[in-house]
Amino acid sequence: MTEPTITASGLNLTFRTNDGPVHALRDVNLDIAKGEFVSFIGPSGCGKTTFLRCIAGLETPSDGQLSVNGMTPDEARQARAYGYVFQAAGLYPWRTIGGNIRLPLEIMGFARSDQAERVARVLEMVELSGFEHKYPWQLSGGMQQRASIARALAFDADILLMDEPFGALDEIVRDRLNEQLLELWARTEKTIAFVTHSIPEAVYLSTKIVVMSPRPGRITDVIDSPLPKERPLDIRDSQQFIEVAHRVREGLRAGHVDA
Amino acid sequence: MKSLVPVATVIAAIFAIWTLSVVPMNIHLTADLAQRQDIPVTPDTPQARQDVGAFALALRNPDIWGMTYVLDRPNLPSPHQVGAELYTSVFTVEPTSRRSLVYHAWVTLSATLLGFAIGAGAGILLAVGIVYNRAMDKSVMPWAIISQTIPILALAPMVIVIMGSMGIQGLLPKAIISAYLSFFPVVVGMVKGLRSPDAMQLDLLRTYSASGSQGFWKLRLPSSMPYLFASLKIGISASLVGAIVGELPTGARAGFGARMLVGDQYGQPLVTWAALFGAAITAALLVALLSMIERGTLRRMGMGAAA
Repeated sequence: MTEPTITASGLNLTFRTNDGPVHALRDVNLDIAKGEFVSFIGPSGCGKTTFLRCIAGLETPSDGQLSVNGMTPDEARQARAYGYVFQAAGLYPWRTIGGNIRLPLEIMGFARSDQAERVARVLEMVELSGFEHKYPWQLSGGMQQRASIARALAFDADILLMDEPFGALDEIVRDRLNEQLLELWARTEKTIAFVTHSIPEAVYLSTKIVVMSPRPGRITDVIDSPLPKERPLDIRDSQQFIEVAHRVREGLRAGHVDA
Repeated sequence: MKSLVPVATVIAAIFAIWTLSVVPMNIHLTADLAQRQDIPVTPDTPQARQDVGAFALALRNPDIWGMTYVLDRPNLPSPHQVGAELYTSVFTVEPTSRRSLVYHAWVTLSATLLGFAIGAGAGILLAVGIVYNRAMDKSVMPWAIISQTIPILALAPMVIVIMGSMGIQGLLPKAIISAYLSFFPVVVGMVKGLRSPDAMQLDLLRTYSASGSQGFWKLRLPSSMPYLFASLKIGISASLVGAIVGELPTGARAGFGARMLVGDQYGQPLVTWAALFGAAITAALLVALLSMIERGTLRRMGMGAAA
């Protein structure tokens, strides 16, 4: 195992609400190595999105240690350590696809010529070459989400944080995007943290599956996937796949029983 | 073009109601006039006629209905009278003449446009302040709402008198009143527009470590455009109303407001009605112009389909 990219130890996060404190995260300990594909799975309220937001520095843990590339989450963000993909594509309707991908590049102050070259490169990565001058409403939901992934890739962050990026899409589109995401991951060797509700999605994509449970949000199981790196879609019918999926399901059920 | 039929139906209905109303509205005046011309009317004394309702009197004297449409000083002028007055005062006199409605339109329009520019500018600036500054959010918005509860008719003479005592007359006081009416819809619409980006879009900018001004220029301002245009359209018609109201208390000698006043005071209802229609047409043209700019802007922003 290489040097961990993301390390969390003893992480706690409590939200103050009108109904008293809510333990969004309790005693979360996790190492994510460089180049891993880690999925976070669990029911609503288990803290998987909150944990991702902590890594991004969008939430501040109440206590515990969290380091990203050896820095605090805030420093890591300043250093453009990660690209974040949200559940909705969130493309600006007044910008073309190319313009949307240029958005982070403009904000971060990349040179104009560099911007054009990067836009072309990431569009090719998500197989949207030729759509640079289209507006978001001219694209399907799946294509929009691919464009939002391209936007997160444009500034060469080596970590990709994805918060249920395919949650709003139908299963056929989702399968195709999962396949493409794996290809992308193999090509770019990025570290990916991926939040999902779907057991097959988590098992198919991940090298490591983190099972979480709610009230308080905590990790109940961490599964290192035995599946090979090459994964055609029909690997989902293999015995190995079914065993991993079973273990994930057991972990989710166990979390429910003692909650 | 599909909307042509319903639009035409509504217009036809309005004109029909208007045309039919002319008879009862003017029947008492017409009866008096007819009697002076020795045309028999029933009842035959003015005193007796005062006790009869307009519809009853109209039904008892069908012979003089035609006359109700051509009175010099009708209570309600007929559509063709207003049309004729509009035509003569717009097309048959030099636009620089005081008898030209074009001249008066320009006087009101210049105050409207200046007032609208001030009002819209102030509205946008206030909205930016309200969105970015918590203290302004808490303090300015209530006053903006209170400002609109004061009847403009009460406020307008004060503005004119106070500014007059400072030696400022003419265009500017009217523009201030006009701005006073138009800034409010712009503030409300623009605050809503600048706040329209959702939490996810704001989070996305945070992940880029975007600065506040980048967030404004790249996200909040473009997001607010559809809201801005909606409120500008309300604002510009309010501006026109403000400019006209600003002309009333001063006994101004030019402008739509002055024409309405003159018509009223000198018993020339046609002048009043022509000014009224002139103002309505001007407002419609201003709103149509803004709609065109809106369509062009949103299309250039790629949001043509959404608008």
